[in-house]
Amino acid sequence: MSTSVAIVGAAESDLGVTGRSILGLQAQAIGRALDDAGLTLADVDGLATTGVSRFSATQVADYLGLRPAWTDSTFAGGSAFEMYVARAVQAIEAGQCSTVVISYGSNQRSARSRSLGGVVESHTPEAQFETPYGPLYPISYYAMAAQRYLHRYGGTRERLAEVAVAAREWALLNPAAFRHGAGPLSVADVLGAPVVSTPLTTADCCLVTDGGGAVVLTSLDRARDLRRPPVRVLGYGECTTNTSMTAVDDLTVTGAVESGRAAFARAGLTPADVDVAEVYDSFTITVVLTLEALGFCGRGEALDWIAGGRIRPGGDFPLDTSGGGLSYCHPGQYGVLLLVEAVRQLRGECGARQVPGAEIALAHGTGGILSTHATVLLGVDR
Amino acid sequence: MSTEAQQSHQVPEPDEVTEPWWEATRRRVLLVQRCAACGHAQHPPRALCTACGSARDLDWSQASGDGVVDACTVVERAMPGFRPPYVVARVRLPEGVLLLSNVVTEHPHDVGVGDALRLDWRPLPDGRALPVFVPSER
Repeated sequence: MSTSVAIVGAAESDLGVTGRSILGLQAQAIGRALDDAGLTLADVDGLATTGVSRFSATQVADYLGLRPAWTDSTFAGGSAFEMYVARAVQAIEAGQCSTVVISYGSNQRSARSRSLGGVVESHTPEAQFETPYGPLYPISYYAMAAQRYLHRYGGTRERLAEVAVAAREWALLNPAAFRHGAGPLSVADVLGAPVVSTPLTTADCCLVTDGGGAVVLTSLDRARDLRRPPVRVLGYGECTTNTSMTAVDDLTVTGAVESGRAAFARAGLTPADVDVAEVYDSFTITVVLTLEALGFCGRGEALDWIAGGRIRPGGDFPLDTSGGGLSYCHPGQYGVLLLVEAVRQLRGECGARQVPGAEIALAHGTGGILSTHATVLLGVDR
Repeated sequence: MSTEAQQSHQVPEPDEVTEPWWEATRRRVLLVQRCAACGHAQHPPRALCTACGSARDLDWSQASGDGVVDACTVVERAMPGFRPPYVVARVRLPEGVLLLSNVVTEHPHDVGVGDALRLDWRPLPDGRALPVFVPSER
């Protein structure tokens, strides 16, 4: 099993409040990731990106002066980048291109471009049948999932807060994290934060920051001659489920069931093999639902499973080790930074937050309103 | 939340598939799209049946007006055209579909999973109406 492709470069752009343009952040992330790999723009013949414009990959290729032999701009919210890894592996293995950059940049905080209602396209069924009722997008959907989950399994708000509390503990160890200097977060802080859409408070919701990142992929054979230790792509899987808020019958079961199953099968691994997990934390509930769907614990068990410090620094299930979207950085479509952190953990570059001896990492992206789910398994080259 | 509080939102024109559904709201009738070939019910209305794929057998049935809260949230942050707090809910109809809607009540924080609801209507300026729900009398 496994694939014949590796990640050979990974980098963040500037993060937080940058005052930079989208393309400026893209160029920064791509330049740094290529430097990390010991490659140059002249080596790049494949490009996957989103969030720039209607022609995202075309726009970035033009900006960088590239004429790629392969591009992808699949729009799948924050999970797009995990999907791009799958597509890039396939393109490289098929010989359509040899070196792929996956990139992203957003200036949403500096540009104040985020709105509580999201982006509504008037020709969609949602514009006729959902938007008129005033749901916050995407928050109200995750709020309903949280309410349904807590009701069904008898969970408490306090225990759901552990996801945000643990993310902050990791962020305190990451100098690049937006909340690095903010001090610890308590359960009382989470519950006492302003309510946005019950039962979720602002502390259950990811940050709104600028930021971006890039990763570089090439064949494993070539990767072994490059500057950095290759990080192998072991497996991938995805599942797309809904755009409507009423299409999924059971709010507590997500498409991560299918994406995770496919990724583990392709890699020949099981959840027990994962040393470090970077799971999209758009909201606290996102993590709870995803951990169960990926099979790390049983249905309805996640709040018990994460209690007691398991997902905090020093715990036996290191989760969202950068501080996550909740406390590190969330530039709108966060999935590329899950990959960057997973790569760094597997290379042992993470300093105070390093997971000792990490050999297998999982990156799981979630887009939209639990709409798109994509899992990538990465591993050291043994 | 009063019904008057939420009227400023523009609702797009129907398309060729959804027009019968919206026209029925002028008579305060809630329709559910149903496939005559396989019996599947679906919402929103579509140009084909998501269960069997048929595009020729789609029909309409009238909803009873009963509903149950599948999940709900009280929106506390204001969006343009809306005055919080108000309840957004997934409402499960006995006809076999889920609708997104509002539960209109003076006590938004008392609405919970499993609550029984009754259909009500919020008029739109063009004569159509939005189906909303109110807590059932107990």
